[in-house]
Amino acid sequence: MKRFVMGLGALAFAALLIGALLEPLPVSVDLRAAVTNNMASSGVEHPVTAVLLNFRGYDTLLEIAVLLLALIVILAVGIDTASDQPRTVNPILQTLARVAAPLVIVVAVYLLWAGAFRPGGAFQAGAVLAAAAVLLHLTGLLPSWQVPTRTLRWGLTAGFLIFLAVAAGLLSQGALLHYPPAQAGMLILLIEAGLTISLGLILAGLFLLLSREPGDDA
Amino acid sequence: MSIAFDLLLALALLWSGGRCLSVDRLDRAIVLFIAFGLLMALAWARLAAPDIGLAEAAIGAGLTGALLLDAYGALKRRKA
Repeated sequence: MKRFVMGLGALAFAALLIGALLEPLPVSVDLRAAVTNNMASSGVEHPVTAVLLNFRGYDTLLEIAVLLLALIVILAVGIDTASDQPRTVNPILQTLARVAAPLVIVVAVYLLWAGAFRPGGAFQAGAVLAAAAVLLHLTGLLPSWQVPTRTLRWGLTAGFLIFLAVAAGLLSQGALLHYPPAQAGMLILLIEAGLTISLGLILAGLFLLLSREPGDDA
Repeated sequence: MSIAFDLLLALALLWSGGRCLSVDRLDRAIVLFIAFGLLMALAWARLAAPDIGLAEAAIGAGLTGALLLDAYGALKRRKA
């Protein structure tokens, strides 16, 4: 009997899903014209960056807040640290990582700078920075983080705090994140620089905090 | 020419996604997942969305792949 009811429920749910799929979609919103017409006042030349940091800056502000929250939750939960043997690392890998890491940092800065006029931007640059940290950690050159130090805490939150400060500062101008067109480019670069550092640290933190081992010195 | 490439890319995506879920060894599934992420980045680039392609390659394939491999290593070390 129970199985029958459950089967019936599943069938009804499947029918509902199919019905929802068949329902005609609302006429899709085409915002391309709106974005192109307002590019001049956005402060950047790449439409994706203009949308992410200017027209819909609110979304990006909440995104970095969510990422920061995820990291705080990881810190709060406290990972059960299993004792691991220190890994043996091939010296060739270590040398390669030593050569690659500075280049990766240069790439991250380039991506951040390029975001204003071509594909790139803070999120990609942050991810590349985090990749450098992960590479160094996996080759045994960077110990995992036990407890975040004060500097690290500031670094993790800097992006969100700078973004929030700019948003709050502009609130007096009328609307949240409504940049004056003359300073928009500079403000966006400032926010993106903070975002890059914080995102790199947060994404690397997901890795380095989760892999902390009792033997490591912080 | 580009149609052939797109078709090949779509097939490779479906194949790597399917294999990633059906393969019975965890390490192979992770490597297939990374390959899937890289192909996905290529697909985004073909769809004229290089921004998403960059993010997919860096986060989807790179960081997530490294995290999965590290987790696999930790699991194996714990078992041993």
